[in-house]
Amino acid sequence: MKTAGIDIGSITAKAAIVEDGRILGTKVAFTGYNASLAGRSVYERLLDELGMDASSVMKIISTGYGRNSVDFADKSMTEIICHGAGAHFINPEVRSIIDIGGQDSKALVVDKDGKVKDFVMNDKCAAGTGRFLEVMARALEVNLDDFGALSLRSESPSKISSICTVFAESEVISLISKGEVRENIIAGIHDSVASRVFAMAQRIGLSQPIMMTGGVAKNIGVVKALEKKIGSPVEVNDYAQVNGAIGAAVLAGKMG
Amino acid sequence: MIQTDEEKKKRKFKSAGKMRDIMFQYYIDAKSAESNGKKVAWITSGGPVEPLIVMDVIPVYPENHGAMIGASHMGGDLCEKAEAMGYSGDLCSYARADIGCAPVNGGPISGLPRPDMLICCNNICGTVLKWYEVQARYFNVPLFIFDTPFCHTGFGDEARKYVRRQMEEYISFLEHACGKRFDFDKSMEVGRLSLAGQRLWQEVLDAAAQKPSPITAFDAFFFLALIVTLRGTQTVVDFYTELLEEMKEKVDLGVSAVPQERYRLLWDNLPVWYRLKWLSDKFASHDACLVADTYTTAWCGSMKYIDENNFIDSMAEAYTRIYLNIGIDEMAKTVFEMIDKYNVDGLVMHSNRSCKPYSLGQYDIQRMVQEKKGIPCMMIESHMVDERSFSESQIATRIDAFMEIIKQRKS
Ligand code: SF4
Repeated sequence: MKTAGIDIGSITAKAAIVEDGRILGTKVAFTGYNASLAGRSVYERLLDELGMDASSVMKIISTGYGRNSVDFADKSMTEIICHGAGAHFINPEVRSIIDIGGQDSKALVVDKDGKVKDFVMNDKCAAGTGRFLEVMARALEVNLDDFGALSLRSESPSKISSICTVFAESEVISLISKGEVRENIIAGIHDSVASRVFAMAQRIGLSQPIMMTGGVAKNIGVVKALEKKIGSPVEVNDYAQVNGAIGAAVLAGKMG
Repeated sequence: MIQTDEEKKKRKFKSAGKMRDIMFQYYIDAKSAESNGKKVAWITSGGPVEPLIVMDVIPVYPENHGAMIGASHMGGDLCEKAEAMGYSGDLCSYARADIGCAPVNGGPISGLPRPDMLICCNNICGTVLKWYEVQARYFNVPLFIFDTPFCHTGFGDEARKYVRRQMEEYISFLEHACGKRFDFDKSMEVGRLSLAGQRLWQEVLDAAAQKPSPITAFDAFFFLALIVTLRGTQTVVDFYTELLEEMKEKVDLGVSAVPQERYRLLWDNLPVWYRLKWLSDKFASHDACLVADTYTTAWCGSMKYIDENNFIDSMAEAYTRIYLNIGIDEMAKTVFEMIDKYNVDGLVMHSNRSCKPYSLGQYDIQRMVQEKKGIPCMMIESHMVDERSFSESQIATRIDAFMEIIKQRKS
């Protein structure tokens, strides 16, 4: 049975279609101002790409901040549960998930069946999220996609002490004016994101193995900084950004 | 589930209207005190109010007023005023709303009646000390500070003597302020009524142990106003007696507070006053009933220390050992007891950036609850009165995810 998951995040909309334990395809697009439209268009593009007809998909679950605006979904579920299900689907051994998306970061612990036992989310603050990195990329005039590789070249990461995005941005600007090299500043920014997320994740107690998901998982610098903080490897796979959508599709397959 | 008007009516409390009338009359009396030759004292919510009743002084609670401001969605504006006056946005939003309200007579009842004196008991927090000092300067009235030492676990003799002595000072302060003697015989009667009121309030809350529960924590937040403001009077005793009868009727008729109660939850900390309906609907949409809370229980939680025959003496201990003036282990013990008593499936904690003494230690209590009771806990970050700090979609996601976890566990 083919099922789909649509994950509408604050920055990107994701779609995934799965069939009997196999991922048939995934797609990512910008959300823009109309979440409902974004959900439909990312889904239709995926169907096109797979040469599939909408009628062959039996069930659809929507998730993410825009979950309730996906009018063609059969049901909506929170991204917490979907991330748990997605990570479990990809690697059933995984027990903790750290997800950093556009506007929030969260950590969850799952049991052997992929059921979420506990979770934490960042509070009303952009620090430690994708948005934070975007602001910093703008301040540094660096393409966000280059952040990861650049930071790995740093020999001594700068110290960004402020946890507030706005204050951290002025800290970054003053580092630039002091002549600090970009690599070090970016590595410092990654450390700051990792510290913040790690402090939050510790509240629920992480169990091994740990998987990182969400768009920010594509940034190798943040992954490395997190590994250093946690003191153990953090698993990342090609599906990190679409993990929530995959989880939603998997859960759709279990719907009665 | 969509409810018909008839069903909604069945669930409504008839007593709610009566309570509104009582509160309305109470504020009218307080506002016309001066013309009736009566005195008004502002007092903190956990303060020993009975001596005021004995002296025929009308007690007025800025915190209850704060709750009304919050529920009327006027908190953000008044907090902004206080901030413009120079008070930090990190300060308790009851304090900010009250301080911001005084000079402009704002809020839903156009300000509180001018106080003749202020009674500040620090058994709830340290904020009230500075807050009452500010108001004492502003209104230029005498301030009595009732200092209760923090009780990590027990209550020693030194503490007992220390607090007991202040009871005497408090009484002489009142005698001086009112120009008349304290009537000890009357104090026995007021003490008896206070205790009777607390017992009845506990019974009201206990009814939530029934499955399904005839009452939610949101109802308790509403009905709480009387035990806070009119403790020690016959009005409270009569009202809660009636309310109990109404609840018994509901139980007999099988009327539950939430249409299809499947999940039972415990709430910790003050309510989010400006979002009561939203939260109540949100939880009800998941068939979840917030059956009990640690907050409303605080007004009867230290009843066990009161000796009816020796009210004034035993009050010292009862007022010192209230929920916000005890150590984390003791608080956790109370939470454990409530989890068992009300048989709940999860704990919802409001990390209230206003109230530090209530919110500090919540993460520890959460961990202890998970270890000892094995139930899921969630945290909502907000302010009880300042609606500028409520982030709806984030909180909605947390609640939805929390309920999904509870449903998964119970399925
Ligand atoms: S800090 Fe807490 S206890 Fe103190 S006045 Fe504010 S709400 Fe009440």
